Amino acid sequence: MAINWFKYSAPSAFYGLAGKLAPWFAWSSAILFALGLYISFFVAPTDAQQSEAYRIMFIHVPVSILSMFIYLVMAGYAALGLVFNTRLSSMMATALAPTGALFTFIALWTGALWGKPMWGAWWVWDARLTSELILLFLYIGFIALHASIDDPRRADRAAALLGIVGAVNVPIIYFSVKWWNTLHQGSTIKLTGTSMHVAMQQALLLMMLACWCYAVAVTLTRVRSIILERERGTQWVAELEEIK
Amino acid sequence: MSEFFAMNGYAFYIWGSYGLALAIFVIETALVRHKRKITLQQLRLMRDAGEEESV
Amino acid sequence: MPVTKEKLSQFGLLALVIRRDLVLAMRRRADVLTTLVFFVMVVSLFPMGVGPELDMLRKMAPGVVWVAALLASMLSLGRLFSADYLDGTLEQILLAPQSLSLLVLGKIIAHWMVSGLPLVLMAPVLGLQFDMSAQALWVLIAALLLGTPILSMVGAVGAALTLGLRGGGVLVSLLVLPLCIPVLIFGAGAVEAVSSGMSIASHLSLMAAMLVLSFVFTPWVTAQALRISME
Repeated sequence: MAINWFKYSAPSAFYGLAGKLAPWFAWSSAILFALGLYISFFVAPTDAQQSEAYRIMFIHVPVSILSMFIYLVMAGYAALGLVFNTRLSSMMATALAPTGALFTFIALWTGALWGKPMWGAWWVWDARLTSELILLFLYIGFIALHASIDDPRRADRAAALLGIVGAVNVPIIYFSVKWWNTLHQGSTIKLTGTSMHVAMQQALLLMMLACWCYAVAVTLTRVRSIILERERGTQWVAELEEIK
Repeated sequence: MSEFFAMNGYAFYIWGSYGLALAIFVIETALVRHKRKITLQQLRLMRDAGEEESV
Repeated sequence: MPVTKEKLSQFGLLALVIRRDLVLAMRRRADVLTTLVFFVMVVSLFPMGVGPELDMLRKMAPGVVWVAALLASMLSLGRLFSADYLDGTLEQILLAPQSLSLLVLGKIIAHWMVSGLPLVLMAPVLGLQFDMSAQALWVLIAALLLGTPILSMVGAVGAALTLGLRGGGVLVSLLVLPLCIPVLIFGAGAVEAVSSGMSIASHLSLMAAMLVLSFVFTPWVTAQALRISME
């Protein structure tokens, strides 16, 4: 049975699919978080150098990696929308942005709370933290630009262009910040002193998957509202079960 | 138990981190579901207004 | 724009656009000067905020001058397209058969000559306020000469995307400043390097590379942004 994937590029079809998938991802995320947190706190041993504080890593690292990954996915969808003129792609990009921005914020906050006991300061101009801060600015720029344009098509396409320019710049920005940081001999947030214990790796993986499932669940739910709003004049929306 | 919560003195930082993450996840989920509810409400209102016109 | 029967070469077209924009800018000299005055004011504010010890000021100087240059550039971006947008010329430019990227490049060059170049010329004077050495001043000029065109070009993309929007200068700055951070890092870094006796070759070559990349890509990206904004 060949699935005709292209049928899901229509907002009406994707609406239903997203509705069916979101709960699966939500539940998966809950289970993965439970497992991941259990291993993070009860199985992974105390670190030799950082004592218990290193356990912040199990939330900090997954959300940081996801914040960058979501930005790339967002820019990818935006590019698809720009090049192929598919409305749904742009809607996905718009749906991803807030989640990505929030993940970036969590990364910064947890980074600061990790830095304080380790380095004595609430903010350290660590290359990765500084890049996260700039990433937050890029997300905010994307959201702000989209919000300031009334016409939805122009908003989609302008934000898409900005997102793509941002994505292309991310390596350049990261490289400059890394260089700037080493020159000024800033501190680096080290994951652990020695190589990572197996339990730590397991916990990291589980937490990463948990965060990813969460992000998918939230984004799918958000995009459903966006689809409804944008397609409100259409027949299929008027005939939906939910609003009878 | 209380030893677990104390986290060797790092309680503030560890629970502060996980606490914020949890808070944001909960709030984001609530916001997204609320948005959906409001959108559906507005669609119902629109449809009712449309029916009134045609009556 | 004058109608001409002879076919203009690419370069001739570019020169035409630049000359037109320069003439228009000269008629509004006040706009041009306000950017410069803003630059001077921002740089002068820092010593008043942090205290007059020359040692500290000398260390801060490259960063301060560069941040002020960034802010002044962001402020001046509003002028790049708005006049033409408001009086309908921009629509005509978009409909013209000539390459939009080329026309945009002309506008950006003219804009830089009027907004960026004065900053480059003013900076050494301000550097003296911070007790910068002659060597540091020369490197500052070179770095700004390489960097301010990049700021104008990357800024042009932002200006094109935000054409006619309510947010104004603040929105453009919000969008463009993160993208300008590498220029800030290497531009200020070059001046600091020479002050501590290190080589500036890598900084300046990186900036030159960024300049070349911007030159190649931003006119086209800006043209696309204009099309998106004007549809």
